[in-house]
Amino acid sequence: MKRLPLLFLVLGLVYLGSTLRPQANKTDFKLNDLNRVPVLVNGRIKPLDTVARTSLLTLQGRQRLVTPDGRSLTPAEWMADVLFAPGKADTYRCILIENHEVLDLLGVKTEDGDGGKRFSYDQLRLKLPELEKQARLADGVEAPLRTPFQKQVTTVRNRVILYLQLKTSVQMPDSTDFFTELDQFEKALPAGIAAVLAKQRNEPHNADAVKVMREMADRFSYMEQLAYLRLVPPAAGDPDPTNWRPVGSTLLDAFGSAKINPTVMEYARLGHAWRKGDAAEFNRITLSLHDELAKRFAPEMRKSDVEARFNAAQPFYSSMSLYVLAFLLAVASWLKWPQELSRAAFWLLTLAWIATTVGVFTRMWIEGRPPVTNLYSSALFVGWGAVLLCLFLAKFFRNGVGSVAGGLIGFGTLIIAHHLSLTGDTMEMMRAVLDSNFWLATHVVIITIGYSATFLAGFLALIYICRGVFTRTLDKATADALVRMVYGIVCFATLFSLVGTVLGGIWADQSWGRFWGWDPKENGALLIVIWNAVILHARWGGIVRARGLMVMAVFGNIVTSWSWFGTNMLGVGLHSYGFMDSAFYALIAFVASQLLFMVIALVPLEKWRSNTPAAA
Amino acid sequence: MHAITRQFRDFFVSLQLTVGLLILSLILVFAATLDQVNLGIWAVQEKYFRSFFVMWQAPNSDISLPIFPGGYFIGGLLLINLVAAHIYRFQMNWRKMGIQLTHAGLIFLLIGELVTGLMQKDSSMRMEEGQTRSYSESFRDYELALLDKTDAAFDEVVAVPEAVLADEGSVQHPRLPFQVKVKAYYGNATMQMGDPAGRPGAPVATQGVGARVQVIPLPLTYKPDELNQPAAFVEIITTEGTLGTWVVSPLVGMPQTFAYQGKNWELALRLKRHYLPFSLNLLQVTHDKYPGTEIPKNFASRVRLKDEAGHEDREVVIFMNNPLRHGGQTFYQYQMNAAGKMSAFQVVSNPGWLMPYIACILMGVGLTLQFCISLAGFIRKRAGTPAVASSV
Repeated sequence: MKRLPLLFLVLGLVYLGSTLRPQANKTDFKLNDLNRVPVLVNGRIKPLDTVARTSLLTLQGRQRLVTPDGRSLTPAEWMADVLFAPGKADTYRCILIENHEVLDLLGVKTEDGDGGKRFSYDQLRLKLPELEKQARLADGVEAPLRTPFQKQVTTVRNRVILYLQLKTSVQMPDSTDFFTELDQFEKALPAGIAAVLAKQRNEPHNADAVKVMREMADRFSYMEQLAYLRLVPPAAGDPDPTNWRPVGSTLLDAFGSAKINPTVMEYARLGHAWRKGDAAEFNRITLSLHDELAKRFAPEMRKSDVEARFNAAQPFYSSMSLYVLAFLLAVASWLKWPQELSRAAFWLLTLAWIATTVGVFTRMWIEGRPPVTNLYSSALFVGWGAVLLCLFLAKFFRNGVGSVAGGLIGFGTLIIAHHLSLTGDTMEMMRAVLDSNFWLATHVVIITIGYSATFLAGFLALIYICRGVFTRTLDKATADALVRMVYGIVCFATLFSLVGTVLGGIWADQSWGRFWGWDPKENGALLIVIWNAVILHARWGGIVRARGLMVMAVFGNIVTSWSWFGTNMLGVGLHSYGFMDSAFYALIAFVASQLLFMVIALVPLEKWRSNTPAAA
Repeated sequence: MHAITRQFRDFFVSLQLTVGLLILSLILVFAATLDQVNLGIWAVQEKYFRSFFVMWQAPNSDISLPIFPGGYFIGGLLLINLVAAHIYRFQMNWRKMGIQLTHAGLIFLLIGELVTGLMQKDSSMRMEEGQTRSYSESFRDYELALLDKTDAAFDEVVAVPEAVLADEGSVQHPRLPFQVKVKAYYGNATMQMGDPAGRPGAPVATQGVGARVQVIPLPLTYKPDELNQPAAFVEIITTEGTLGTWVVSPLVGMPQTFAYQGKNWELALRLKRHYLPFSLNLLQVTHDKYPGTEIPKNFASRVRLKDEAGHEDREVVIFMNNPLRHGGQTFYQYQMNAAGKMSAFQVVSNPGWLMPYIACILMGVGLTLQFCISLAGFIRKRAGTPAVASSV
């Protein structure tokens, strides 16, 4: 029994270690090499792996895909089919539709969908013009005012557009052999250009050659219009290293230079090899692409490689599992084998925190930014900060409370983060006013720590209330310890939220011309500071004792969730960057749950199952 | 001390008052945040924060009732509470120094915000590449400008503030050889082609644009990105009689002029101007976006700052998070239309701008000090009691 903590620690380490193993290629095709090839999308250079995963998340809310004949595909395999074998990809059911009216519009039934809600491009193809028409109508309505149908119809339309853009990134979707097409085009190019010039000068010319040129130009224009992935790196002499270009534009350039860009031909050859099933050729080309880019863009390649490994390791999912396990072990430690189980829980919590830390720091290194840059990363950081505080609490107080709170908050924040990752790439480029590493590192980090601490105080209070009202386990020593913990954390929270808010004011003064503008996000931060100050002053003035402190700390959860998410939903003011409406119901549910606990706590102390006097 | 005086003092010093006021401020800030969706930030500030009471207008009547204490009331009482506590309750020993400093910083912050609220002036400066401006314009306030344009080298301007126009009286000024009678004033209006006599009850314009258009009053708007466009009917009255009635409005595109006693005058209702003793010449406008996206990476304007007295003549780049501070004014990059080569700056004059910085330093030092003192005490206590609280 004494070895139990060590056993859990070793198992945890083995689990984490297994996530770091480089992924094995399931087939002869070395897709992992293709994964690491960098492209420029949405202003950032990232590996194709990230594009594959985030596209699947945007299209269907998850990364796993099952083909109609029952095979399960990795994101990389799906991406390769979309890019190189679009005919096959069109049969994969990867477009999520969750609204019955939209289903009717598109002429499909839930039985036709994978899981009742995922559909393939082939299934939707016929009614796409209808979708376009309805979506265009819905576009005219302001986003917060749209009905559920209008919201879903625009979302589905955007998903279809993303899919089309991906399909058109490397080749024309309807082409059965793009490589041969390009090869023939290149051979016909000099004569074709001559014919077009002759026609322009009203001289005798070869009409067929001109027709071919016109057709190809139309096809390449279509590709350029749908451009999304910028696969072609800047030419050797280009002074702008960020001038990556889409394949469509590069092909149009061929009319001027009479030659097709070599990278475009490489991708065409790659597609050819993929469709033919020639693994050796595919691997050779992928390696040569990789090496070619590594020569000229070494730092970008390095970051791309690391990001691909990071995507495969998925540190936040493994931390999530460890957090849950730590939570369960710590709660179990309250029932039996307190020493061993609470130590095991502590070790697992530490491992989970280390995994989260590695994840957060890797993101920082890849982006070149401080840890919090958008709503997703704020969720990661709130969890990270709160769990760090819990590790200290667990070390000092050794009663399992730190591990219970840490496991719960760690898991909760990572779930929130996962839901925030469904709209696309979480490593976004910073808009101009946010483009200041100094302020991102000071104001944003400090205020996020303030959120962490206020949430932690609230969850510790929930433990007090649950144990006191529903069980007999809230003895005087535990109650005292919890009161000291909550008080200490509230002091910490006051410090960080006040300093963070004031720093925000100074940033606003540098940026928007005023220290304080009463916009919703600023007001939200102010509410947190005020509420934490109210708790402290009420305690010092003897207005509340232990139970009152706990109830007030739980209210702090409501104030913080309003400030973190509620203010974004109003869409008002200079701070409205993170808009999401489906989270509205989750927020209401959370607030209701916290109010419920506050009411439960206010039940007369004699009715509590634990006989702890209030004056603790 | 007299019993009543002591009761009074005890009330203002009490922690209960602090807690009560903080809770009231929580409710006020939350209500104001929700109301911003309807009223917009600026109107909400006036209603909730720059007032002693939040007023509620009874429907279908002119009666306003105070229903909640406003920003000045709560803030003022908090300030009194804080200062009283400083005087009567805070002990001056070094163990409490952290708390002293923090509260001193808070007092400084509140006073600083009061100073800002009373004295900050915001305006905007908008120009295209190549243009020079030596004045900034108000965001919302208008003025009736009467310009004597006789001399080619300069204009003499008499500016009548909007508030005076709203009184709809007559305006006389030593530098004007005539009287300006405001026959009607509308806070927000639009104009359309039509017979001016066609609107019963409204004055009729006899000169300028007003002779051909109808002025239609509109309700005032509070939306943050909409501007009220006022309109007024003004009559110029001289000792020899009236020169006519004009319609003035920012919507009037062309200059409206008249001549009197050998001088050429122009009338215009325009955004209120603040003239500066220096000028900015916009040299270049830059708007960088991330490649392949519309996400803005950088907004920058290169300007040439030139002093009237000849002390300054240099180039400065103004961009996000990097304002220009000169002559008591601060210029922030506010808006830009790179395609139209237009840049707009927000011009802020705020004598109290340093106060929040000082307050931040005081509070930060105070809180950190207090936290370290508490943490040290906590660790010392834990070190002294080894076998504590390992229970379940």
